[in-house]
Amino acid sequence: MNESTLILTLFAAIGLGTPLVFGTIGEIITERAGNLNLGVQGMMLVGAVAGFWATYNTESLLLGVIIAMIAGSLFSVIHAFASVTLRVSQIVSGLALTIFGTGLSSFLGEAGSEPLVGEPSKATFEPILEGGLADIPVIGPLIFGHDILVYISWLTVAAASFYLFRTRMGLSLRAVGEDPASAESAGVNVSRVRYIHIMIGGALSGIAGAYYSLALVPTWQNEPIGAAGWIAIALVILASWRPWRALFAAYLFGAAERVQFTLQTMGEPWSNVPSSLLAMLPFILAIIAMIVLTSGKRARFLGAPAALGLPYFREQR
Amino acid sequence: MNRMNWRFLAILALALALVAAACGGDDDETATTEASGGTETTAAASGGGDGETLKVAFVHVGPVADKGWSWAHDQGAEYLKANANVEVTTLESIPEGSDSQRVFEDLAADGNMLIFGTSFGYMEPMLAAAANYPDVAFMHATGFMSGENMGNYFGAAEEGRYLSGMASGAATETNLVGYVAAFPIPEVLRGINAFTLGVREVNPDAQVQVVWTSTWFDPPKEGTAAQSLLDAGADVIAMHQDSAAPGQTAEAAGAKWSGYNTDMTEFAPTAWLTAPIWDWGPFYLAQAEAVAAGTWAPTNYYGNMADGMVALAPFGESVSADTIALIEERQAQIIDGSFTVLPDPIVDQDGNERALGDIFIMDYFVEGVIGSPTG
Repeated sequence: MNESTLILTLFAAIGLGTPLVFGTIGEIITERAGNLNLGVQGMMLVGAVAGFWATYNTESLLLGVIIAMIAGSLFSVIHAFASVTLRVSQIVSGLALTIFGTGLSSFLGEAGSEPLVGEPSKATFEPILEGGLADIPVIGPLIFGHDILVYISWLTVAAASFYLFRTRMGLSLRAVGEDPASAESAGVNVSRVRYIHIMIGGALSGIAGAYYSLALVPTWQNEPIGAAGWIAIALVILASWRPWRALFAAYLFGAAERVQFTLQTMGEPWSNVPSSLLAMLPFILAIIAMIVLTSGKRARFLGAPAALGLPYFREQR
Repeated sequence: MNRMNWRFLAILALALALVAAACGGDDDETATTEASGGTETTAAASGGGDGETLKVAFVHVGPVADKGWSWAHDQGAEYLKANANVEVTTLESIPEGSDSQRVFEDLAADGNMLIFGTSFGYMEPMLAAAANYPDVAFMHATGFMSGENMGNYFGAAEEGRYLSGMASGAATETNLVGYVAAFPIPEVLRGINAFTLGVREVNPDAQVQVVWTSTWFDPPKEGTAAQSLLDAGADVIAMHQDSAAPGQTAEAAGAKWSGYNTDMTEFAPTAWLTAPIWDWGPFYLAQAEAVAAGTWAPTNYYGNMADGMVALAPFGESVSADTIALIEERQAQIIDGSFTVLPDPIVDQDGNERALGDIFIMDYFVEGVIGSPTG
């Protein structure tokens, strides 16, 4: 792999990793409040179709992203109501959200007299700094060559890190995730905190979906996001519930999505690796990472919120 | 439930989900259809003619609005409706595999006398359904099995591939054409080989770099594959995939694109060169007329450019008049039978001359292709 191949691969990894950054940060925030939402795939798909629809009708990318956030957020309320208010198993509720969201996005794409499916987008995200800074060797394209959502994803990571660890709201949120009963005795409304942060997670998953339908593949097709929602959930563990680690974990997986094709163009001996094996690479990486990180003594240092996955019953000790 | 249990369950659920995702498109399609239940549309006859209305059914693996493979078949069904006294039932997004047998049997029980299945994976389920409904005519696209009342049909896309290869060979300046390919099966290998021969007829120095995606339909993956080819120096992208993502990637990079299935100009107006496309309508009409007349018998039909099942999409603006003239001359020779796109003998990837062999089990690349024919 020569220098320019390496840079081009890293550049592609950042683009492919960007939706994973949004999805993973959203899920970190939700899980830090003690709620496991396995509906990321469904929320991403609903955000993807809603954002595409908005941009298709208004030709505005800004409106597309805003509508995607609202749609992902509203959709996540289904999970919040089931798992927080009704105290249904979070795992079951989240899986239901994914199955429902997958079908709903396909249905919305085919609904109406002029269905969205098969239509190209009316506008797409493009690099914001052509020439100039982007022409600096090596770091130019890697830092300055992206579309605006990549920079927003970096700001989101910084904001999430600051919010979780440097603000009073973040402290309450983490307290709810670690020990909801104590948090409540300190005056924190556990249900409200969980609702809000499930919805923030939904909004960020919505942007992640819109990044697929408006930037990576600017068209509407059924399930245009691959398995990104599931990978984002795995990345939360790989990032041990910390936003900055999520950024690099997402780019690692972006690189894995890309390297399977780069190897095929690199000639012998790289091109001899079976492509079906390479196609499994991101998933094998995800499974290995989870096994390594969640087994034995290491798990204790991970930082998984202690109350993650547990429904909260107010009067029960 | 205590903590250890839920954590184990969560990891198990996640691992299963990842494995399911890794297993590829089929599972995804299963999930979609279970969730959305598929969609069904029934259209009444609009064509002329007296006598009894013939019930005809189509079963597609994707949505007919995909602007690709299933859409092309649906255009054929529209042609049939406009020209015959038929009632057409169309089932979309029906997963391949054994469960599709039930779908075919339901359609047969519902009085459909002619049933088309338009995806490879319907082959064995349809054969099983056909045995249970001996009075119904079954036709399967792209497969190789047939029975007493089941035939199959497909077309020589390689003829269109050769011509789109000529357009691509004339367009490349780096002498490297990228080819995003789905699976290493004979149908795809035939297309790549014919395409490469077309590229090298007009540009003997050009080569075709193939990458495999292991999916028919996964837009982000197809786009990523196209980008990796562009980054490796290709300036024209060809594809054997069902989404337009490779073309959109080429458009964004200022490269050129040769598509597949249908005229996809709208996805990448500047990049568009041309594409091999399908016209199933006349074939569907002939089958329906044979069933209505009681003369239908199962066939192994392989259409081509001469009978019009395979055609070439309109050319993009960047294709020069000289290139178009050259391509149209070849096209006329293909149609009148004086030119064969896959010659016998043929020169393989290593430069050795070999017998062409049975093209339906083709398992090698021709000279000029970079990549592995086994995936």
